This record gives sequence, C-alpha cells and structure tokens, in this order.
Amino acid sequence: MTPVRPLTVAVPRGALLTQTLDLLDRLGIETAQVRSNDRRLLFEEVGIVTMRPSDVPTYVEAGAADLGITGKDVLTEQAERDFYELLDLGYGGCSMVLATIGGPDPSAEALRRLGVVRVATKYPKTAAAHFERTGRQAEIVEVKGSVELAPLTGLVEAIVDLTATGTTLRENNLIIREELFHSTARLIANPVAHKLRAAEIDDIVAALR
Amino acid sequence: MATIHPLPSGTRDVLPDEMRELRAVTAALLDVFTREGYGEVSTPALEHQEVLQRGGGAQPAYRVMDDHGQVLALRPDMTVPIARLAATRYADEEPPLRFCYLADVYRGARPHRGQMREFLQAGVELVGAPSPEGTAEVLRVLCAALDATGLAGYRLGVGDAALYPSLLETFAVPAQARETLLRDLVDRDFVGLERELGRLDLPGDARETLATVPSLRGGIEVLDGRPGTESLRRVHDLLEPAVAQRVLFDLGLTRDLGYYTGAVFEVYDPALGEPLGGGGRYDELLGRFGRPLPAVGFALGVDKLHIALAGEERAR
Repeated sequence: MTPVRPLTVAVPRGALLTQTLDLLDRLGIETAQVRSNDRRLLFEEVGIVTMRPSDVPTYVEAGAADLGITGKDVLTEQAERDFYELLDLGYGGCSMVLATIGGPDPSAEALRRLGVVRVATKYPKTAAAHFERTGRQAEIVEVKGSVELAPLTGLVEAIVDLTATGTTLRENNLIIREELFHSTARLIANPVAHKLRAAEIDDIVAALR
Repeated sequence: MATIHPLPSGTRDVLPDEMRELRAVTAALLDVFTREGYGEVSTPALEHQEVLQRGGGAQPAYRVMDDHGQVLALRPDMTVPIARLAATRYADEEPPLRFCYLADVYRGARPHRGQMREFLQAGVELVGAPSPEGTAEVLRVLCAALDATGLAGYRLGVGDAALYPSLLETFAVPAQARETLLRDLVDRDFVGLERELGRLDLPGDARETLATVPSLRGGIEVLDGRPGTESLRRVHDLLEPAVAQRVLFDLGLTRDLGYYTGAVFEVYDPALGEPLGGGGRYDELLGRFGRPLPAVGFALGVDKLHIALAGEERAR
C-alpha cells in the first residue's frame, strides 16, 4: 500500500502559471521542463500536468490529479464538484465584477422598465447566483470569447467578468458597478487522495502556509 | 443507422459482459452478508414522500402523484425504508435485528462514471446494537464483504459526526457561525472555515482546535489527547487486527446525510477518485418511526466497487 508514484499536481496554464511554478520550486518539485516547453502537457516524471485553469477541478475531482491549483473564480463557478479547498495561496488576485457602459446605468434602466437585465458572462452559474441572491431577474447570456464586446454591441446591458487591473474594461468604456467577490489562487485536493496520501499532502500544505 | 431512443439522464443499460461481472461482485457481497446473519429484505422503490422526509436522509429527486393524489418519491437510499420496515414489521421483536439489501436507489446527482441517478447499492443495517459493539461488528462485516470481492487496496475512513458539533458547543460558538462552519466542513472548504474562525471572537486555543481538527487523519494516535473521541477509541479496541489496519481515523469526516449521530465511515480505494461507499450510526432514526433503537449500517455503490476492482486489476 506504499505509494510509489509522486503526487500528481494539476497546474494552470495562463496567468497563474509562473507563480504556480515558483511555488512548486519552493516545494522542491523540478519545474524547469515545464518552463522551457509550452507545448508538452504531461510531465509524469515530476508529477505535473498542465491545463486550462477551468479544467483543474475536473481532473482533481476524478482523481486524475491528486492536487490542483486554480483560481477561486473557477471553483465558485464549479461549486458542484467535489474536492477539498485546502489553502488560499494569495497570488493571482482579481475581482469578479458586474460592469456596464459608463454614464447612467443601463442595467438599472432595463430592470426598471423591462423587468429583466441581460448579462453576458463566461461564468453563467456565478452570475445567475448573484442576481438571484440580490432579488433581480436576469437573462444570462453565455459567451466564450471577449465578454467586453457584448454590451458595446447591444447584445446585453451588463457583463459579469473577472478583472485584475480593470484596464480592458476601461479601454472598452465599461465601468465597474458591483464587486461580487475577490479571487485568488487556491490549492485543492481530491477527496480520496486527501485521505490515502494524508502525510504527503499535509507536508505540502504546511510548506505553503 | 440506428434510430435514437434516448434514456433518461443518469440512467443506463447494462449488457451481458458487464452484468456477469456485476453479478459476481453482488453475489460475493450478499454471500458475506447472509453468512454474517443479515437477512435480505426488499422494499418498494416508491415510498410516501412524508416517510422519506421523516427519515431526514438524502433529498428525493423524483416524485410522482398516484391515482389518489398522494405524493410518492423514489427512495434516495435504503436506510430510511429499512428503518420504517424495522419499526413497523418488527415492532415487538427482540433486538438486535440484522438486514441486508441489494437495491436501486435514486438521487439527483450529476451523472458521471460510477455515479448515475439510478444506481445499485449493497449494504447492511444493524438495528438495536449500540456503540461500540454494533459499530465494530458492521466494520468487520464491511471488510469481510470487500475482501470477498477481491478488492485489495482499500482503507476505511472513520470519523464521528457528533465530534465537530460538540466542539462548537464546548467553545460556545454562536448559532449562526456554527451553521456556517458546519456547512464549510461538509463542503470541504477549509479556506472558508479558517476565514469564518478568524472572524469569531474566540480564545486562541479554541480557534486552533477548530481549525486543525478537520484535517487530523491517520492511525489511532490522532485520537490521543482529543476530547470527544473516546467512543471511537472504544470501537477501535474491539476491532480485529485485520480490520484495524484498514482503518484510518479522520476527525474531519462528515457525511452530508442528516441522520448520522455518531461514528461515520467511508471506503476509499486508490483506484477510484471518490469513496466507494460509506455509512455510520443513526441512533435517532428508528425513533422517528416509533421504535427508538440505536442502529448502524453501510452502503456500497456497486458500480464504484466494480470500477475500483477493474482499476486494481489494471494496475497489477
């Protein structure tokens, strides 16, 4: 019953990648291969598998990875998945916001006159939950690409999206109306690995605290 | 091209090759259950919704109205129907009562490998046998059943559903915060748990205890110096070595069904990313049906067990 393979860590490509690899360096995990090769996805010898941040909970829930690192925005959107959220890693700070075109708030006007506000987002569950919680009716329009485009073309009155600096919003004449929550990178664990490989996982948590 | 006749979400057909393997698994389980004195029972797939609600288990996902306008629901587990059965059909029988079952149950789960919305469970219920003897017996039967299927690498996570609530009581945590903390624990959200603890006005050692207890897991040593774990230790003292070496104490273990009152357990195998099954003590459930008796049981997901067996075979 002694584990032979190293723990597998699901590592997010994109904005969180560099700081995540720095973190893994601190744990003594060899990341040079990952840094030098952005086409390869699986680094079995060091227990790293790289993927889109939104895929991390999928791999961790199924046990295809024992641990994973991804943003709280992703975890909130996939709250129905089963994993342990062990640690707030502090980096990758950004905000989930509701934004509209500047000037008089078009979402308020839509709600007042038409009863429903249309909201474009890549986070349909997060957006729907926010409007339900605040007692407002919303039509959630899921888009895959640049969310900023949707209010500029008249597709929707508002967007729910993640922003770190607000630059993209500003450049598109969008202003933040509400902040839903602040998001940072989190360490998550598969529920079975959390039990069967408790000592190894606890060592990692202790080292990262 | 074949015509498409879709199945309801979360259901599936089983064809002969798989069915043969599933039969071998369930035959091995039932063989152990009956050898250990657990009589097999069958109950209706449909129960009055009121009966299921009285039991307080998982939420039923499918409801129908019968020709008398009564609301019926497909059973989400077998523990509540067997509690009803035990309290009504065996109202005067001398305990302990031992039942086992192999039955389809229905839940509003997100369908994925090993977890359909209609899924087969095999399990036992031991009624009228208090802790620690009853709990130790059921853990022994659970190991014997898993051994009989040929599963090799499994471990049993054992915790106590009453432990964390009693700690919150001891430290006089306000009611609203208790609810938040227990929710975070069930959601396995340790970041949320620590944040909530940070908000509370608690002495340092209380905060430290409430933050660390959920991640304490390992051998019998994790119970050392932990108030509230005496009953788990008494269970451990009754376990044979072969069972004890499978046990992994887990003070953060919770099961999200509402009826558990004491020891709770889950079955883990390295070949599957989620528990194969679980169970625990539900000492107050029978009382809700008019016959207050302590009870304990477990249920195994047959599909999950089958997947784990196939996974272990591949890894060999």
